[in-house]
Amino acid sequence: MATRTDASIAPATNGTASSWGLGDGQAIPWEYAPAPEARDIVHLKERYGLFINGREVPSADGRTFTSIDPSTELPLAEVSRATTADVDKAVHAARRAQRRAWGQLAGKERAKYLFRISRILQERSREFAVLESMDSGKPIKESRDVDVPLAASHFWYYAGWADKLDYAFPGRVARPLGVAAQIIPWNFPLLMLAWKIAPALAAGNTVVLKPASTTPLSALLFSDVCVQADLPPGTVNIIPGPGEIGMDLVTHPGVDKVAFTGSTEIGRKIFRGVAGTDKALTLELGGKAANIVFDDAPLDQAVEGIVNGIYFNQGEVCCAGSRLLVQESIAETLIDKLKDRLSTIRVGDPLDKNTDVGAINSKSQLEKITELVQSGVDEGAELYQPACDLPERGYFFRPTLFTNVAQSHRIAREEIFGPVLSVLTFRTPDEAVEKANNTPYGLSAGVWTDKGSRILEMVSRMKAGVVWANTFNRFDPASPFGGYKESGFGREGGMHGLHAYVRLEDR
Amino acid sequence: MARSTAMSARTRAPAKNAPSGASASPASPASPARIEVRKTYKLYIGGAFPRSESGRSYLVSAADGTPLANACRASRKDVRDAVRSARQAVDGWAAKTAMNRGQVLYRVAELMEGRRDQFSAEVAAAEGLRDARAREAVDRAIDRWVWYAGWADKIAQILGSSNPVAAPYFNFTIPEPTGVVGVVAPETSSLLGLVSRLAPPLVSGNAVVLITSETRPLPAVTLSEVLATSDVPGGVVNILTGRKAELVPVLAGHVDVDALDTWGVPDAMRLDIELLAADDIKRLSRRPTTVDEARFDWLDDRAAERPEWIAAFLEMKTVWHPIGV
Repeated sequence: MATRTDASIAPATNGTASSWGLGDGQAIPWEYAPAPEARDIVHLKERYGLFINGREVPSADGRTFTSIDPSTELPLAEVSRATTADVDKAVHAARRAQRRAWGQLAGKERAKYLFRISRILQERSREFAVLESMDSGKPIKESRDVDVPLAASHFWYYAGWADKLDYAFPGRVARPLGVAAQIIPWNFPLLMLAWKIAPALAAGNTVVLKPASTTPLSALLFSDVCVQADLPPGTVNIIPGPGEIGMDLVTHPGVDKVAFTGSTEIGRKIFRGVAGTDKALTLELGGKAANIVFDDAPLDQAVEGIVNGIYFNQGEVCCAGSRLLVQESIAETLIDKLKDRLSTIRVGDPLDKNTDVGAINSKSQLEKITELVQSGVDEGAELYQPACDLPERGYFFRPTLFTNVAQSHRIAREEIFGPVLSVLTFRTPDEAVEKANNTPYGLSAGVWTDKGSRILEMVSRMKAGVVWANTFNRFDPASPFGGYKESGFGREGGMHGLHAYVRLEDR
Repeated sequence: MARSTAMSARTRAPAKNAPSGASASPASPASPARIEVRKTYKLYIGGAFPRSESGRSYLVSAADGTPLANACRASRKDVRDAVRSARQAVDGWAAKTAMNRGQVLYRVAELMEGRRDQFSAEVAAAEGLRDARAREAVDRAIDRWVWYAGWADKIAQILGSSNPVAAPYFNFTIPEPTGVVGVVAPETSSLLGLVSRLAPPLVSGNAVVLITSETRPLPAVTLSEVLATSDVPGGVVNILTGRKAELVPVLAGHVDVDALDTWGVPDAMRLDIELLAADDIKRLSRRPTTVDEARFDWLDDRAAERPEWIAAFLEMKTVWHPIGV
């Protein structure tokens, strides 16, 4: 079943892509030779179990689900589907490990385990990168250059904190919370695992982690890293399964801390799941980031930043710069440059080293993107998509740009989580701030200008947890990440990320 | 009429427990008794002292059952009005320099110092404390303002950071106030507990809508008179008296309230309030279920003077900029 963009949202015919000498909607006039990364470094098992108490075990009822390659729609492996009984088993294993093993270790010793994990991730980086691209659809150049190295460095960063917690919280003693229930999304499967597990373990907690049901494989491969590192059994438990299993985990009475990354809609359910209890909660939810370009911005740099902001990881990024706010005086020039740049974006095989935009993670996500893009057309925005051949099979979507977008349009309000950019314009800085903050979300924002004082003013006025000035979509383990408003609360990364996993006692 | 009869009983209350009744105590036979000028206890919204728009009140009694006064019984509309005032005020308050906010809150302490006797009498009546204990609670409340005021221009240095990222970027993290904070004040500790929960969100630049102790609201109303005369801009603090069961759900469900301090939420309401807060992902500062509000020792500085309580109403903003491009 070939899934392609709907005919009704085919490329528009206005505008020009001048600097390449191309008529609008034309493909780039040269060919790249295929440069596929070999898949044979990954040894897929036919069947993966749950990882509980240091061992791979089948689910209690023996049921499995299939993880597929979204770029081919072919099955990759059968994965055990955790049941309520398995959640219970995993939480008990984590509790035991916290009391008897991991929680008893000195910080210095915990640190050494985390350094080991980081090293093993570096050693097996190729394997992880290829598997991540196979299971999630993201381009290999991103999994290779972003996801895996950042995951390794996240463990590295928090390893060093494990024996220095006293310095992070002056006047207080930081105690572990206990068992952390962690639920992660499918857009950065291994990296989100690292963001969750590294600070939790550094602070002395043990974890039960539920990976997303479409991308369980890198988490299950990570269980092998835990075994190689000789991590005490039960310190990390991984239980793939559907959303209901996530709720079972959140509401399990043996859990002390809940950390969730995903949509605001599910975030609300999880919030309700911990209501009335003493469980600590951090939420990293959706976004609808404004990326603001002033007329004095370095335009070519800005174009690269805009493209990276919205087409990185197929736009399946909670902090994606999905609303471009351009100062009116340069809108035409900038949009022309953007369309031009879009025509050079290569969409296709995630394992090809030249691919810029890979496969959408799942059929349902592709349908959601398609539906929202259709709503943009229906509500009167002007659609532009470059002409590019999409593979016959797999879940692909053309990089999409909407102009003539009103703030009331769904494509300007709702998180699309796809390669779809909505362009709006503004005249004054006040109007830019007004429009940027006109959303219930507040995860990230971007500002492009050569004027330093204006950067600092915009930074202070934008209600967002991360502001990229003259750059976009940069991540680092030392840099706290998280949202304002309905984008959630709590920070991941940096010293602030530790706070989510400790209880502070008087010295 | 039953109410006014009860109210007249106040004048017969022991002088030490009656906030403003001392002058109405049995007069000497030689001079005629002076008729006391009673205080009207009002709401505090947007820097003004309105009655509840609903026109309702409820009788507040001292710990020993002596009727003290009619307090306003705020309505849902009053909560919404208070939230609107807070929203209008918050940007200006947050934009003041940290040092200025510290000075304004220090001035609250200065003005309370001048009204120690009044606060002590009110706290004694409300909480049924002996004079010395009431005075200790008032003094500690004053000192607590001083302690928190001093954090205004320091908390960012404790909680902020510059972050050594592994690429040529300048990267730093700064705290910013969350916005409009709903505070449900402790039920038992009418003044000291209230101040201990009100000062932390204020000092960093949030605006507050506070629901007082339901049974002991009068010291809070007097505090609002101090706030009104101490350079705290109107709307930065809004104080409502009334029924928690009626008011707290409105506050918790209001989408223009960004964070909620549930310290004084009765245990029976806790679950419902947190479910409401989930709708728009409010930040919650929760009293642990293991802590009994009535037994919490607000006099213990180590327990009640905590930078963490300020941090609970802050958002961390991280900024990136390339170096050398």
